[in-house]
Amino acid sequence: MGVLDELTRPAGAADVVCGVPARLVAAPRDTAEAAALIRAARGLAVVIRGGGTKLDWGPPPRELDLIIDTRWLTGVVEHAAGDLITVVRAGTPMAELHGLPGQQLALDAPAAATAGGTVAANASGPRRLRYGTARDLLIGITVIRPDATITRAGGKVVKNVAGYDLGKLYTGAFGTLGLITECVFRLHPVPAASVFVRAVAPPLHAAKVLAGRFAASACEVNAAPGAEPELAVLLEGTPAGVAERAAAIAELLGGEVSSGAPPWWDVPPWPTGGVGIKLTGALSQVPALVATAVGTGATVRGSAGSGVLYAGFPAAPPGAPAADGTVEAGRAVELLRAAATRAGGHAVVLTAPAGVRETLDMWGPVPGLALMRRVKEQFDPERRFAPGRFVGGI
Amino acid sequence: MTGIDALAARLRADLGPDRVLTDRQQLRTYECDGLAHYKVIPALVTLPATAAHVAAVVRACAETGTPFVARGSGTGLSGGALPHADGVLIVTSQLREILDVRPDDERAVVQPGVINLQVTKAATPYGYYYAPDPSSQQICSIGGNVAENSGGAHCLKYGFTTNHVTGLEVVTPDGERVRLGGAAPDAPGYDLLGAFVGSEGTLGVATEVTVKLTRLPETVRTLLAGFASTDQAGAATSAIIAAGVVPAAIEMMDALAIEAAEAAVKCGYPAGAGAVLIVELDGPAAEVAAQFDEVSALCAEHGAFETRVAADDEERALIWRGRKSAFAAVGRISPDYIVQDGVIPRTALPVVLRRIGEVAAEHGVRVANVFHAGDGNLHPLVLFDDAVPGQATRAETVSAAILDLCIEHGGSITGEHGVGIDKAKYMPRMFSADDLDTMQLVRCAFDPDGIANPGKVFPTPRLCGERPGRHRGAHPLHATDVAEIF
Ligand SMILES: Cc1cc2nc3c(=O)[nH]c(=O)nc-3n(C[C@H](O)[C@H](O)[C@H](O)COP(=O)(O)OP(=O)(O)OC[C@H]3O[C@@H](n4cnc5c(N)ncnc54)[C@H](O)[C@@H]3O)c2cc1C
Ligand SMILES: Cc1cc2nc3c(=O)[nH]c(=O)nc-3n(C[C@H](O)[C@H](O)[C@H](O)COP(=O)(O)OP(=O)(O)OC[C@H]3O[C@@H](n4cnc5c(N)ncnc54)[C@H](O)[C@@H]3O)c2cc1C
Repeated sequence: MGVLDELTRPAGAADVVCGVPARLVAAPRDTAEAAALIRAARGLAVVIRGGGTKLDWGPPPRELDLIIDTRWLTGVVEHAAGDLITVVRAGTPMAELHGLPGQQLALDAPAAATAGGTVAANASGPRRLRYGTARDLLIGITVIRPDATITRAGGKVVKNVAGYDLGKLYTGAFGTLGLITECVFRLHPVPAASVFVRAVAPPLHAAKVLAGRFAASACEVNAAPGAEPELAVLLEGTPAGVAERAAAIAELLGGEVSSGAPPWWDVPPWPTGGVGIKLTGALSQVPALVATAVGTGATVRGSAGSGVLYAGFPAAPPGAPAADGTVEAGRAVELLRAAATRAGGHAVVLTAPAGVRETLDMWGPVPGLALMRRVKEQFDPERRFAPGRFVGGI
Repeated sequence: MTGIDALAARLRADLGPDRVLTDRQQLRTYECDGLAHYKVIPALVTLPATAAHVAAVVRACAETGTPFVARGSGTGLSGGALPHADGVLIVTSQLREILDVRPDDERAVVQPGVINLQVTKAATPYGYYYAPDPSSQQICSIGGNVAENSGGAHCLKYGFTTNHVTGLEVVTPDGERVRLGGAAPDAPGYDLLGAFVGSEGTLGVATEVTVKLTRLPETVRTLLAGFASTDQAGAATSAIIAAGVVPAAIEMMDALAIEAAEAAVKCGYPAGAGAVLIVELDGPAAEVAAQFDEVSALCAEHGAFETRVAADDEERALIWRGRKSAFAAVGRISPDYIVQDGVIPRTALPVVLRRIGEVAAEHGVRVANVFHAGDGNLHPLVLFDDAVPGQATRAETVSAAILDLCIEHGGSITGEHGVGIDKAKYMPRMFSADDLDTMQLVRCAFDPDGIANPGKVFPTPRLCGERPGRHRGAHPLHATDVAEIF
């Protein structure tokens, strides 16, 4: 236990994941130290913490001995501007990556989120329509496996088909397959101009934008009970080009061109302590999904162009009669899940208040689960990393 | 009856007699893929007509411990579809139906044997196309594209197969049919779809593929620029990227490649050019116009002595014809050649091209360069004459040295043709034993008995079931012949 004593400190009041207190916390300073930590932590249940902006996503850990915090695993290791790539340590705040000179990591993660957490959660915002998600922009990764082996996949070039594309596997794995310590990302140039078109219009009208050849970078819907639904489109490119396209879209939707985003842009639609759900479906089913969600009392936001929506509502505690503005969460999730299934997609509960959370099947049905269990068994046979937090209790 | 005879009898009962080939002459047809210097006659060939047939074949293989290899159109250039002498070849060429085209969802659902270009043809009437466009798009299958994570000239802007496949049905090596993803993005759980794409048939057989359809751009403009040297053309490429322009494609050919293309298709590239660049821009008209002016100016600034613009589709096709015919065209200027496929960071282009020239000169062979300059994916064609004693060996030495150059500069040993059988031995040069071991964890999850395309991608597969990281070198059971690793 000598090494473990050196690397960890006792947990404090803030070192809690979804209501489960940790015993120890460690913040390794580099990949080698992180590997030593994980080697010394044999037998301990581990949860990894990045910016902590969404540590409450997913069910609580079944057990929790050690939080590995990536706050010291920071820094841009390399920014090869001519190659449009950057190598960063996992704990680097996204704020730093939003501000690379002339270039950007085109992910909509909040400033306080870390590169590693953004990859581990594979969350996405409006611009996924144009740039894809972390899955598409990650080209190389260093991960410490639960058995403390340091392993790399991918590399520093965008085009690479040597061996399995393991970066994809770690992306969205919520820390269940190991600790990400370094990521290599593909960058994009910062566009010369960008402009928004906002309109009061039903989600159905998003199809007009997609069917036109506008090459929109984002096409977002916003709908809430009792309010007029809105659409907002982001255009990026040359100053003359965006002006022309924006004017055409404004006319098409009966909307207005503006230089700023609407206030709801890229803001998760769930209130603090509320229920947040990710809804996916085939593109043509987006209007129906939005309608169902609004019907259950949810506020819905998301990408009409990529079929990923977020729904949020305040939740009544289980058993309590629904007070004004609150929704019985179990019923709402059931309705949304049925709608998402009809749409060819899924409804995943990202976050919910304690008390309500326990009553919900957060992940819902997962095709391919047996194979996923086999993958977890190979990487983490003792089930120590984020136990119980992932699909099917993985 | 031998094991294979019994298997053939069982499969004939399951699939029908015409779908199982055992005649040696017929089997020979399948002895190699696009990399013809590896040849193995399979024990058995099956021609399934449905996904259920594929599952039946794989289940039979699983129960009898028989290796199987999937084959699409057999255009692979790394020997990925090379048969196993004691195994079953599963040919998907009869699974060739486009099941659904859904422009409103921007998706198409196709069987694995569907030819890449057919997807675009089916989508074009609706204003869409299928973006990944390998040069072999007229003949290669979508299943093969999925297995190889194929790319094309336009992946600089549009990405590879992995960015355009949202759903798969796969038959796993135990014969189960499993759905990964679908029409919607981000299915919950591990991204097994992402891991399957590019796995070269070692994780199972894809039996249905859901692909993204991409909106046809409003405008496409194609420019051909002639330079005195590859250095100049490389500098122009870097300048274009540095200016923040992301063209749909930037392709480069050097003097020898141009000579070959001229001999084959008379594409009329600028006379005396030491290098040409093909730059294609697509998108909204106003954007393309502005970028086009910028690209033209940058080419001129970096020494382009002649710039041509395709005025119509026919002229565009002519510009591309030279590029797309280059591999085959090289056959006109050299009796034999090796097509190499490696990747380097774009900024290393000048130095690596120079080093390739030096290495070639040292060994007395010629190298023609045709490549995707925008993303650093080199395709050096190493020319030789097999009739001259020693030349083939020298060509192989040069070809291998090129891969070492790629690794040395932080690149990859393959950008699109895959590892297959051809480059399995190079994997340890690019990845550590631990990195390879980690890939094997995935392999073991899908294919614990190692019967899916054994011998490809990995030089030495691990025995599954052992704890990770505990064994290095030969497994004791293997070393004593108690267990066999395929
Ligand atoms: C539409 C949308 C808008 C959003 N807007 C906001 C916003 O405005 N403000 C905001 O705060 N958040 C917002 N979010 C959430 C945001 O995307 C997440 O905060 C971020 O991606 C998580 O990063 P993090 O470093 O905070 O990770 P954490 O919350 O620390 O961790 C997330 C998960 O990843 C795992 N993990 C973390 N680091 C690693 C690692 N190095 N290796 C392996 N596993 C790891 C953790 O165990 C955990 O399961 C938004 C999300 C969406 C979908
Ligand atoms: C002239 C020429 C130009 C080329 N240009 C390019 C190019 O620009 N870009 C590029 O990426 N490639 C290119 N290639 C290589 C080749 O065309 C691609 O790798 C293609 O994807 C192979 O498809 P196929 O159907 O021929 O597959 P095959 O050669 O039959 O098989 C390739 C691999 O896929 C596996 N496989 C096939 N079908 C399935 C399935 N249904 N499920 C699971 N595994 C399967 C096989 O086992 C094998 O490992 C070119 C080849 C030629 C001959």
